[in-house]
Amino acid sequence: MYDCIIIGAGVVGAATARELSKYNLRIAVLEKGTEVCQGTSKANSAIVHGGYDAAYGTLKGKLNVRGAKLYQKLSKELNFSYDKCGSLVLAFNDEDEKKLEELYENGLKNGVEGLRIIDKDEILNMEPNVSQDVTKALYCSEAGIVCPFNATFAFIENAMDNGVELFLEEKVVNIRKENDYILVGTEKGSEFKTKILINSAGLYSDEIAELAGDKEFKVKPRRGEYRILDKKVSDIVNHVIFTTPTKAGKGVLVSPTVHGNLIVGPTSDPVDDKEDTRTTDKGIEKVDEVALKLVPKLSLNETIRVFAGNRASIEQGDFLIFESKNIKGMLNLGGIDSPGLASSPAIAEEVRDFVSKYIDLTEKNNFIKERQAIPHFNELSDEEKEEILKRNPNYKKIICRCEMITEGEIIEAIHRNAGARTVDGIKRRVRPGSGRCQGGFCGPRILEILSRELDIPVEDILKESQGSNIVVGRTKGVL
Amino acid sequence: MEYDCIVIGGGPAGLAAAIEAKDNGADKVCVIERDRELGGILNQCIHNGFGLHEFNEELTGPEYAAKFIDEVYKRDIDIFLNTMVIDLTKDKEVTALGDNGLIKLKGKSVVLAMGCRERTAGAIGVKGFRPAGVYNAGMAQRLINMEGYLVGKEVVIYGSGDIGLIMARRMTLEGAKVKAVVEIMPHSSGLNRNIHQCLNDFNIPLLLSHKVTEIHGKNRVEGVTIAKVDDKFNEIDGTREYISCDTLLLSVGLIPENEISQKANVSIDLRTRGAYVDSNMQTEIPGIFSCGNVLHVHDIVDFVTRESRIAGKNAARFARGELNNSKYIDVYAGDKLIYVIPQKIALDDENGALICFRSKNIYRNPTVKIYSNDKLIKQKKYKIIVPSEMIQIHLKYDYIKDLEGNIMVDIEGEKND
Repeated sequence: MYDCIIIGAGVVGAATARELSKYNLRIAVLEKGTEVCQGTSKANSAIVHGGYDAAYGTLKGKLNVRGAKLYQKLSKELNFSYDKCGSLVLAFNDEDEKKLEELYENGLKNGVEGLRIIDKDEILNMEPNVSQDVTKALYCSEAGIVCPFNATFAFIENAMDNGVELFLEEKVVNIRKENDYILVGTEKGSEFKTKILINSAGLYSDEIAELAGDKEFKVKPRRGEYRILDKKVSDIVNHVIFTTPTKAGKGVLVSPTVHGNLIVGPTSDPVDDKEDTRTTDKGIEKVDEVALKLVPKLSLNETIRVFAGNRASIEQGDFLIFESKNIKGMLNLGGIDSPGLASSPAIAEEVRDFVSKYIDLTEKNNFIKERQAIPHFNELSDEEKEEILKRNPNYKKIICRCEMITEGEIIEAIHRNAGARTVDGIKRRVRPGSGRCQGGFCGPRILEILSRELDIPVEDILKESQGSNIVVGRTKGVL
Repeated sequence: MEYDCIVIGGGPAGLAAAIEAKDNGADKVCVIERDRELGGILNQCIHNGFGLHEFNEELTGPEYAAKFIDEVYKRDIDIFLNTMVIDLTKDKEVTALGDNGLIKLKGKSVVLAMGCRERTAGAIGVKGFRPAGVYNAGMAQRLINMEGYLVGKEVVIYGSGDIGLIMARRMTLEGAKVKAVVEIMPHSSGLNRNIHQCLNDFNIPLLLSHKVTEIHGKNRVEGVTIAKVDDKFNEIDGTREYISCDTLLLSVGLIPENEISQKANVSIDLRTRGAYVDSNMQTEIPGIFSCGNVLHVHDIVDFVTRESRIAGKNAARFARGELNNSKYIDVYAGDKLIYVIPQKIALDDENGALICFRSKNIYRNPTVKIYSNDKLIKQKKYKIIVPSEMIQIHLKYDYIKDLEGNIMVDIEGEKND
């Protein structure tokens, strides 16, 4: 019997697992994917928003501001990449400026610190490459950028260090209230008993809620398309640059990433299918048009990847966090779209408060607060490099030439808690394949390493999900 | 450790440069190779057709490489395998990581011979899903020819670069069905002989002026949508067509890998995406030379060898303090050329200059004309010039020693697609 089961190992589920792992609880996380961080958490703007955008009085407004604060502490404890680089919302006319004023006032009410409306000279001083047509901007010093993958991995790794159990490829298909526990059944036929159940299934949270008979919300996915640009053209801006928001969302942004690339996007288009993460000509054209308005000199021809992700949006607009009316002890986290990434540590606290209504929370006295990142060899000093080479000869071999990733880093990514099992899993943890050659050179080496370290045939290695095998078999000539 | 000449890259360019440097008086020479063996991309090119110019015979890639590898091992040349250069300074200090840990080398001269990489689906922004089954042709070639794995059974190839054409044949021979080669240009970007031997002989259709508009399949490729394009590469309405397949191979261009060159402040020509060089293959940083696909993308390895010998020989001359040219003129590409290499010529060098260029379009029965100050100094007739086949013309010392004005290279003749 578990005290708490969390359905879904995106950033919210993982942050929740980590928060709850501070207490004397038996916790499990059930994830339908082959690894953690395969839904909305893997494909988004990678921004920790300041919190001025979400309307005052909403959960989004409250949790975003709290979440952004928590990131500063968590990124240090758990050693994931986060940079409080600040953001600028650019205005180009009177109407935009009026909107900036509203955002500014709203931000103050939400308790956002470091907000200022600045004029053209100061904007161009901070960001000489934004459009000369800019008139005013809302500067927010509290906004930042984060690696959503490694934030998620850091949360789940540390949670597991503190005893949380993770079950992969366990898709929940029924939820039933028994006498004094909740019974959770999966497609594979596993059964889990728990006192508390947290539905943090993101895009699929409505379907999980429905398993409990809860029909309060319906996920209407909204797709966001993006470009990722090469590191060599990324120094064009230093802050997150937003266009003035509209009803459809915060609009297109141009932002550095913590890895030194540039991210440009997203669109916001409703799609019928939760898995429809296609990029489209229309979408990317829209991204380009707005991005070039913000930063006219943007080198869009230095794109290394276009991608899209779906937001778990719901009609209500705000986060919808509520206890199931049918199953006591089950908490639904509905509508976690933007600023979900920024809010995730604060959502985790909300869940903690919920759990405390049912279970007396006592803190573990052996809680491991910190988690070490996988060292990125190329970023170490010469002394540190020599040191690590003495300890581990696997760091001698560079596998990914674009991002300068060594075999040591890749092996560590595989053998950590919730380690990489797929090619994309390796890419998200330590970045081979994220560079300009997109795995063209290191691809075969990654297959070889995964096969060797996991002791599975190359034919069984997946890009990401079941069915995404990289190769289909041996060639004729090989015995 | 100090060297007279440090060669970065052990592919065909680096091997030829190292041999030539050694034979021209560079005493201490080394080759730094990131892979586990010498030979570079030739090791996975198991088809024949290499060496026609150099050896007058048709060799496979590994055979061609072996000839040079043997020569390297016959000489007292240090080889660092599994070793990746991670830094290079303009003072020719090299930092590398490999079997021997972190090593620091200092060269009197350095030859850049790192080759190129393939342009990716992301770089050209193919829309749709991003499933398994979308690979660069070169990666698929490595998996098939060196690792023994088949990447798919029903294949569409996007781009008619040589690797794509070669892979169309290779996949067919392995039992896969290659449904089409889709090319956005009105002409192939591969060698004519490859169109015949790799596509026509196997009845594989080449769809010119077509693009892949969408990739289907969430987990593994299930198909692609293609469409015709007009002469501005815009999709023509009503021409979309779905082809089911489990694999999309890309052969949409090669890009010289100059990230290391740029660490040493070597300046890069935006047209070739390689270094600016003079006729001795010396970059704008004295003592740093560049050759092969890192300088500009070649279609024939024999031409790489020829160019790399020049780089190696002059790297040795530089190391011995004997490269002391002082008279240079610039070389310009005429309107009909994409680019010309080298970008400047040393007039006072007895070796003359090797001019390389590519045309923008197809020309039948054209004449290549080389001018200096509007005066014709050399011309050469060709049966056909196509963008996919690089032209090399050697200018002897006698032709250039008394020149005063800059050189312009162009084609005279009518464009003919």
